[in-house]
Amino acid sequence: MISMSIVKRKPLPGWVILVIPVAAVFVTLLITAIPILFAGGNVFKAYGSLFYGALGSKFNLLETFVKASPLILTGLAVAFAFRAKFWNIGAEGQLFAGAIAATWVGIYFTWLPSFLVLPVMIIFGFFAGGLWATIPAFLKTKLKVDDVVTTLLLNYVIFHIMGALLFGPMQMPGSSWPRSASIMDAAFYPMLIARSRFHFGIIVSFVAILVIWFINSKTVFGYQSRGVGINLEAAKFGGINTGMVILKTAIISGGLAGLAGVGEVAAIHHHLMMDVSTGYGYTGIVIAMLGNLHPIGVALAAFFFSVISVGAQTMGRVAGIPTYIVGVIEGVALMTMLIFILLTEYKIRWTKS
Amino acid sequence: MQPVIEMRGVTKRFVDVIANDKVDLKLFPKEIVGLLGENGAGKTTLMNVLFGYYNLDGGKLLINGGEVTFGSPKDAINHGIAMIHQHFTLVQTQSVLENVMIGMEGSFFLNKKKAREKLLGIEKDFGLNLDPDAIVWTLSIGEQQKLEILKSLYRGAKTLIMDEPTAVLAPTETIELFETLRILVASGHSIIFISHHLQEVMDICDRVIVLRSGKRVAERKVSETSIPELASLMVGRELLERLERGEAKTGNAVLEARNLKVRNNRGIVAVDNLSFTLREGEVLGVAGVSGNGQTALSEMLFGQVKPEDGEIHISGKNIPGGSPSAIIKEGMARIPEDRIKTGLFMDLSVKENMILESHVNEPISKKGLINMKEIRSFAEKCINNFSVKTDGMDAPVKSLSGGNLQKVILARELVGKPKVVVACQPTRGLDVGAMEYVHQAMLDQKTDGAGVLLISDDLDEIFLLSDRIIVMYEGKIIGEVSTNEADRDKIGLWMSGVTS
Repeated sequence: MISMSIVKRKPLPGWVILVIPVAAVFVTLLITAIPILFAGGNVFKAYGSLFYGALGSKFNLLETFVKASPLILTGLAVAFAFRAKFWNIGAEGQLFAGAIAATWVGIYFTWLPSFLVLPVMIIFGFFAGGLWATIPAFLKTKLKVDDVVTTLLLNYVIFHIMGALLFGPMQMPGSSWPRSASIMDAAFYPMLIARSRFHFGIIVSFVAILVIWFINSKTVFGYQSRGVGINLEAAKFGGINTGMVILKTAIISGGLAGLAGVGEVAAIHHHLMMDVSTGYGYTGIVIAMLGNLHPIGVALAAFFFSVISVGAQTMGRVAGIPTYIVGVIEGVALMTMLIFILLTEYKIRWTKS
Repeated sequence: MQPVIEMRGVTKRFVDVIANDKVDLKLFPKEIVGLLGENGAGKTTLMNVLFGYYNLDGGKLLINGGEVTFGSPKDAINHGIAMIHQHFTLVQTQSVLENVMIGMEGSFFLNKKKAREKLLGIEKDFGLNLDPDAIVWTLSIGEQQKLEILKSLYRGAKTLIMDEPTAVLAPTETIELFETLRILVASGHSIIFISHHLQEVMDICDRVIVLRSGKRVAERKVSETSIPELASLMVGRELLERLERGEAKTGNAVLEARNLKVRNNRGIVAVDNLSFTLREGEVLGVAGVSGNGQTALSEMLFGQVKPEDGEIHISGKNIPGGSPSAIIKEGMARIPEDRIKTGLFMDLSVKENMILESHVNEPISKKGLINMKEIRSFAEKCINNFSVKTDGMDAPVKSLSGGNLQKVILARELVGKPKVVVACQPTRGLDVGAMEYVHQAMLDQKTDGAGVLLISDDLDEIFLLSDRIIVMYEGKIIGEVSTNEADRDKIGLWMSGVTS
């Protein structure tokens, strides 16, 4: 009989970490070729139309950026929290919090000078998401309540708070649907390229990548946050106020997700509704893992997901492959990446007995 | 006679080290074989191979003359082998009986009555008296060890592997354990006894096998060997280290503990009304059997745990309890008991570990921003001054050997010329070379005028380095003596709680 065992391997050189995501994507496309074949498609035609649909024209490319923006923000949110081992599964809820706050500013802050509306909306959206994330952070540091559970469950709490608002005080007058009134024009994210949806929020997400990269690699807080994630006891021993680090991490993480909510309201929908997010918060978890918790990795992973999601429409039309393949590719990509990451630390050994 | 267990040419390799190199071992019925060797000599690895945790990379394993391959500990247990680890594998919140039954339930329904009868029968046969309904966490360490033995016997073990069973026991408990082992052997069991305590091996074993750097270097009948011979076989050279302790030139008090008291996480008093004064230019040794409050004491001094009562003074200044950063600010060098769990970020690089305590200070960081250039020059200084063997400061710290991990901590803590050094078990798990390095570093600190508090289970180490010795027993200081006037036997008695 042949048996398999998993053993530690020697630390690999640093460049391996750069090759891994590329290799993982390649392997993913190989694996997902199988269901495409089963669906009766031509693999080359399918992938060709997929990438053409996402990258092939100026409009398509810009649309891919539009789609990537919220994914970058939620991906960064999750990655930043995970790095400190604050298991924030609640980016979806923090996104809702940000969207609610942005809508509130966008509808009711008409007394603000118009050039202040966007900054105020962004700040409110950030802190709404951030504060919502402090609840599980407090529960974790003060009462040792498991953060996976609390962050996840609070998603449902805020979802229903949003529902109550949209059927109640925030409902658009005269509407019977759970939607808010439209936000004022001054609260719209400006479109930066004519005849496209390439909006200001995309710039926000790119700035967020740089800021998170800077925090991670250049600040004392970035060092402490990573230390807390790697070894809480050693961080305490080293004099780091671990509770405070987790709290700040939660605020930044939730804030990033909140910004995704701001973007969806201010750039895409211009009002609040129950399906303001199509699961961006959850997809953010996958993207964070796929990006190996590194801000640049997260950006690339978000872009990859966006390519697949935008390109799948074209693939559906041209190659006749149902767009459900998107879910398959996303799932396979995550599994492949996790296995690849595992293989950087361990190797599989086969033994005959 | 047929050996119950025979290991022939057993080889076990890890990534780049050979942990066991063609080791032979035979164990006959009714025999206690001692497996002797320093930390890292491959004793535990060899036993983990025998117990099915690791696959063999070479050699053979025979049980009662027949060759076997163990895929997992379950196979070993089915062949009547049990292993009693240093760290017990008990469910703290369950009763003795429940712990014995775990994994042996047999069917979906528990038959507690039958299990209880069987357990009481075993207890009677071997003189191991434990209340089947006692909850594990209320038991003493010695009793928990009895429970581990009962668990093995309940599972029908004929061979017991005991991994340093006495390390956690008080001397009286050790005597009790040895009685139990003798009863077991008399009833036909065989035992492999892992230790690095020579006297114990001489007391309880019939035969000794000495391992050094993964190789079997000698086998002796206990009746035909002596402690000095075993010591030199174990270490591989004639003499243990000879360090010049030097005179203590004591000055001002640098560290004072006043009436410290703290409870452990079970609510039991771990350190009770403990006071001492450490002065410049001396090494004060804190001896004691492990588990008598030394860890709790170190955690209070390091700021990890807030004392329930009492004060800590550094250079005459009262330091708030439970704050590592306050302690660090006063410049205490802290060498924690568990370097991997407490002292290091194993997933970070060497340089990032060097700045653990100084990362909030200028020039390492300024206004919340870290200065990579300063970090590099600081790390370089640390690595050079303490000759840390590493592939560079950017190498992950986990790629370093145990001795070099400890050097990383020593470097970080000692490079700033501290006034007070507190070291808890600083040589635990290190090889001889690294051990000597650590010892020399401690003495150098003393020569430079620092006060050094050395908390150690290892009495040899205490005698080697200390100018004064205090002995902890059940959270209190039971005795204090200057090393020049110290008598080992008397200290041994203190360690077991006898004062007269």
